Amino acid sequence: MATAAFEPRIVAFFCNWCTYTASDLAGTARLAYEPNAPVVRVMCSGRVDPQFVLKALQEGADGVLVGGCHPGDCHYQEGNYKALRRFRLLKRVLTQFGVEDERVRLEWISASEGDRVQHVINEMTGQLRKLGPFHQARS
Amino acid sequence: MADKPKVAFYWCASCGGCEEAVVDLEENILKVVDAVDIILWPCAMDFKKQDIEAMDDGSIAVAFINGAVRMSEQEEWVHLLRRKSQMVVAFGACAHLGGIPGLANLNTKQEVFDTCYHDVPSMDNKGATVPGMESTVDGHSLHLPRFWDTVKSLDQVTDVDYYLPGCAPPADLIWSAINAILTGQLPPKGAVLSPNKACCDDCPRKDSKPDKLEITEIKRPATHLADPELCFMAQGFICMGPATRGGCGNRCIEGYMPCRGCFGPMDDVFDQGAKFLSAFASILTPRDEAAIDALLDQIPDPTGTFYRFSLPTSLLRRGKMGTPV
Repeated sequence: MATAAFEPRIVAFFCNWCTYTASDLAGTARLAYEPNAPVVRVMCSGRVDPQFVLKALQEGADGVLVGGCHPGDCHYQEGNYKALRRFRLLKRVLTQFGVEDERVRLEWISASEGDRVQHVINEMTGQLRKLGPFHQARS
Repeated sequence: MADKPKVAFYWCASCGGCEEAVVDLEENILKVVDAVDIILWPCAMDFKKQDIEAMDDGSIAVAFINGAVRMSEQEEWVHLLRRKSQMVVAFGACAHLGGIPGLANLNTKQEVFDTCYHDVPSMDNKGATVPGMESTVDGHSLHLPRFWDTVKSLDQVTDVDYYLPGCAPPADLIWSAINAILTGQLPPKGAVLSPNKACCDDCPRKDSKPDKLEITEIKRPATHLADPELCFMAQGFICMGPATRGGCGNRCIEGYMPCRGCFGPMDDVFDQGAKFLSAFASILTPRDEAAIDALLDQIPDPTGTFYRFSLPTSLLRRGKMGTPV
């Protein structure tokens, strides 16, 4: 049996107010993009516990994308700054674990930037296709 | 004598501190010896593996096993003791979480061997000898256990009934665990035998914690002298208290050291390091990337700090290998 080409699975955590709305806009605007990143809607990027990122990777994701509002635009004022600080620290830990940089990504995408959702998901899917599956945490 | 419940103590990859902790029971150890029959304790008395193998399955009431599992011989012993014992207690941080030896999971066996038998400045190993599984000396064949790439906690190798946390577990927790076992007053299987509340909960410095913690500078005990009364986090020291189970008696805090996290996470937390990272990053003050990075540069080894005792039981379990683990 021929093996199917590797298709990365990306878990996307999008904040309700900006990035999720942007992905909605991408849909209404009929922008086509890779179907590799099912979206989990969270109320704020600050809700994304670093455990969620690791759990996704452990349970079979090849990459994790977190999307939030641009700095200064957080609906809860502080949430995206917290997300940024957690992300910067988590990236350092992930580097020590040997997790490649492309696998975990944080993006600020406002509600009007549907094309940015398209671009980011396409780009990340392409990068992970080249990088291959993540199997570090599987035992 | 024959009627007393049989108890085994065993050690895997550990430092001996857990054995010390048993002796720290002081005169209470005499009550333990009165109540039970210690049939195995390699650190303190002479017993042979065949003696244990000859016993009936399930004839040991409880086996206290400390240390992480990183070699084939330890795995053999763990399976043997599991078969012979009605109850297995993971004793101490290494058996519970993987512990300090578990930090080796950021490296491979080859890297560990290269460092230990070659690179360290004190090493004089001209023949580049490294331990192998078989060698021949004077016509005799010698066998050594297999050294694995990945360090495991006890429950990653066998079924564990209870966990006694801590590096090492404090005497009062050991004593109350032994009492609970002897009187049959145990919580449901799988419980960690220490209260499910954060270390901060009974911290003597708790009252000095401000309502809103804000960290502008990260300090380390090696580089800064801490105020002896103030909350460590309020001073900018990394203190694992918020993400660590309590019940330890705050031995580190009383010794002027911030919490290092040896009691592991509370129930419902999957990953102690990530949970602490989350809490800690949220109370840093900078908002832009460059200032955040400059502040984070003050943590020389984030993984070793946040996962000091829990790397093998973290969600990722180990660093990347050439091949899947």
